[in-house]
Amino acid sequence: MATESSSSVGPADAADRRTWQRPTTFRSRRVKWLVYSAVLALVAWSVASLQITPGRFLSGIGYGYELIKSMLPPETGQENLLRLWDRLVETIAMAMVATVAGIAMSLPVAFGAAENISPRPTYYLSRGIISASRAIDGLIVAIVAVIALGFGPLAGIVAISFKTIGFFSKLFAEDLEDIDMGGVEAVEATGASRFQTLVYGVVPQVVPRFAGLAVYRWDINIRSSTIVGIVGAGGIGVLLQRAYQRYEYDYVAAILVAIIAVVLVAEFVSAVVRRRVQ
Amino acid sequence: MLETEKLGKTYSTGDEALSDVSVRIDGREVVAMIGPSGAGKSTFVRCVNRLVEPTTGSIRLDDTELTALDEDELRDARRNIGMVFQEYNLVERLTVMENVLSGRLGYVSNWAALRRNFPPEDVERAYELLDLVGLDGMEDKRVDELSGGQRQRVGIARAVVQEPKILLADEPTSSLDPETSRDVMELLTDIAEDRDVPVLINIHEVDLAEAYADRILGLHAGELVFDGPASDLTEESKGIIYRGEEPPESAAVDPDWLSEADDESNSRNGQNHRSDRLPAED
Amino acid sequence: MAGATREWNRFDARERLFRIGSVVVAVAVVVGSWEWLDISLQYVATAPTHLSDLFGRMFPPDWGYLPNAVGPLAETVQIAVVGTIGAVLMAAPVAYITAENTTPNRATYALGKLIVTTSRSVHTIVWALLFVVMFGPGALAGTVATAVRSIGFLAKLLGEEIEEIDFGQVEGVRATGASPAQLLVYGIVPQIKPALVGLSVYRWDINVRAATILGFVGAGGIGVQLFEAINSFAWRTVSALLVAILGVVLVSEGVSAYARRKVR
Repeated sequence: MATESSSSVGPADAADRRTWQRPTTFRSRRVKWLVYSAVLALVAWSVASLQITPGRFLSGIGYGYELIKSMLPPETGQENLLRLWDRLVETIAMAMVATVAGIAMSLPVAFGAAENISPRPTYYLSRGIISASRAIDGLIVAIVAVIALGFGPLAGIVAISFKTIGFFSKLFAEDLEDIDMGGVEAVEATGASRFQTLVYGVVPQVVPRFAGLAVYRWDINIRSSTIVGIVGAGGIGVLLQRAYQRYEYDYVAAILVAIIAVVLVAEFVSAVVRRRVQ
Repeated sequence: MLETEKLGKTYSTGDEALSDVSVRIDGREVVAMIGPSGAGKSTFVRCVNRLVEPTTGSIRLDDTELTALDEDELRDARRNIGMVFQEYNLVERLTVMENVLSGRLGYVSNWAALRRNFPPEDVERAYELLDLVGLDGMEDKRVDELSGGQRQRVGIARAVVQEPKILLADEPTSSLDPETSRDVMELLTDIAEDRDVPVLINIHEVDLAEAYADRILGLHAGELVFDGPASDLTEESKGIIYRGEEPPESAAVDPDWLSEADDESNSRNGQNHRSDRLPAED
Repeated sequence: MAGATREWNRFDARERLFRIGSVVVAVAVVVGSWEWLDISLQYVATAPTHLSDLFGRMFPPDWGYLPNAVGPLAETVQIAVVGTIGAVLMAAPVAYITAENTTPNRATYALGKLIVTTSRSVHTIVWALLFVVMFGPGALAGTVATAVRSIGFLAKLLGEEIEEIDFGQVEGVRATGASPAQLLVYGIVPQIKPALVGLSVYRWDINVRAATILGFVGAGGIGVQLFEAINSFAWRTVSALLVAILGVVLVSEGVSAYARRKVR
């Protein structure tokens, strides 16, 4: 912004020089400095409260060396590996079922959460479910599921399905809200029934993303199912937690390798499928 | 004053983009460099401020030998060379004013650059230039909100705010429509005259070159085949420049000259031959 | 006009085969998984009953407990803040070597990719397990776990941003005689700033959520109270804590959205 005190065009002196300051996205410079100071204060307070000192950090690194020594070489006993394999299959199976169940349950919720096609009360209820699902960490949901349903993969499936609903419904609902209502109206105008309108008018606009999103969420669910076992909800996490409690760090190492491998494979599959579909 | 002597550039692929180009640009001339694609025009212009490193030859800006400078000295020298780019090369997310002021970066400290703390004289210069190029009032707009023509004006303002000893332009009009191109050429020639600074423009629109330049340099396959006033540019000269045709026989003909296999090495400075032999064509 | 009537199908024969084939395979895998898991249908049938029974015991939430949760909730946020900042600082060089246009050589590129992959494939809580062994129980372990997990996320996305840098813009600044530091500040930073700020705040938001459960393995934050409440079957305390967590997460989501809007 320029502030001119005189409009003469002549040799410039201090009085009639125009000034300039870099514009800011905040409403004013004062707001900008306020925000920056608040952030700085937050950071300083956090660092101080957590009592993170170089000393503590370094001694931790020292223990890290010990830990790594006890983790290597990783456990390769046949019995343990078989158990590992078994749990891996369980993990993948959980993710499969949870993804399908989650998507199935999220469809009604998604339609309910789309502002342009849902009545008000349903809209708020659906959006509430979505928020709850997204805000609460998957492991908490898993613990609650374990308490309600007992230890085992069923709890894990229920927990992961619940998280899937939150994720899927939100994106799906946004897609539904984005559709070109003109296309829908056009189909309606031909005299089609509500269902036909859906199939011909709404669905084609939304389907392309569907497959990609499904595989994306499946990938995330695989990751989740590897760790819900830590709280008893089935899968390889159960093995991990047991080995950890018994200080069997070499077995922990083997389990971690298996987890990383599964996650990488899932990521690869997901990337390949999404590329084919797009 | 810019003077190049036997300037050559051979890329590591073996491609000889420039060979033996010697040129002298002075005063407030507006010089247009024309030639077919790949002739080396862009390479030449970029060699001047060493955005492309020449392999042989010398470049002198006033008394400074540019090819002999080290990193720091080169940066100082670049302050005296203003450059306008085909793709504008502005920092898109920054405002017009910030981009114009970036021309003065060579004169401020790093800390000042971070804080956008430029001296008041620079700010005043920037405002004057924005008025000159017709962008007054737009100093706080982000560059990515501007049209092509407006962006190029910002680019010109940035180059001129450096108060350079020479202004280079690398295809400044190629991304613009014909009318805006004429505006830009007009601006460049006005600047040359008002600020007493030579301007070298690499351009492929020959009609613009003819209309606005005082002097034409013709490049063909890396060699200078034409160097003369714009009025001397005939159809024949264009043939030499664009199609590599051999220049017609001159009074002092060398029999060996006619039997040379490639035409390139024959097309020397036509400057003195042309004006006394051929009538001006139309 | 002679000739047979023309047909129209949305997909040609080969595509249809592929589509049907994939659906069949997917269904087979899912059904197979279900069978393999061998979950007694009885359990499935009674699941809704158990769940609603549990929810019944969680109502109404024990609001009176909440003042005890303020400290741990604050600690949760702090873990996310310090963890994210540490991650940003460490991720910057990793992003640099992970970007195809700035990485010095193949070895550094491979190293960068390795770091990113390891960091991303291991869930924060598993990192927390390891760091509790190293640093002892407490928020320090949680913070380091958060940071280590976030490095991969940030470095990958920042690396992609760096690959998108338009060096023409940088060249324009260079031609004026700017110093290398000025090139960075004036030419490069403006190009990656929205991504840098946006990604950092986004990851911070995710980290707040993740930090809520670190306490389950003793790595600090509200997870400790929550775990205790669950173990002592204090369901109404549990639900109060869940609501408090929900509140904190909503706030962090709001802050994140605001910040990302401001930096375009």
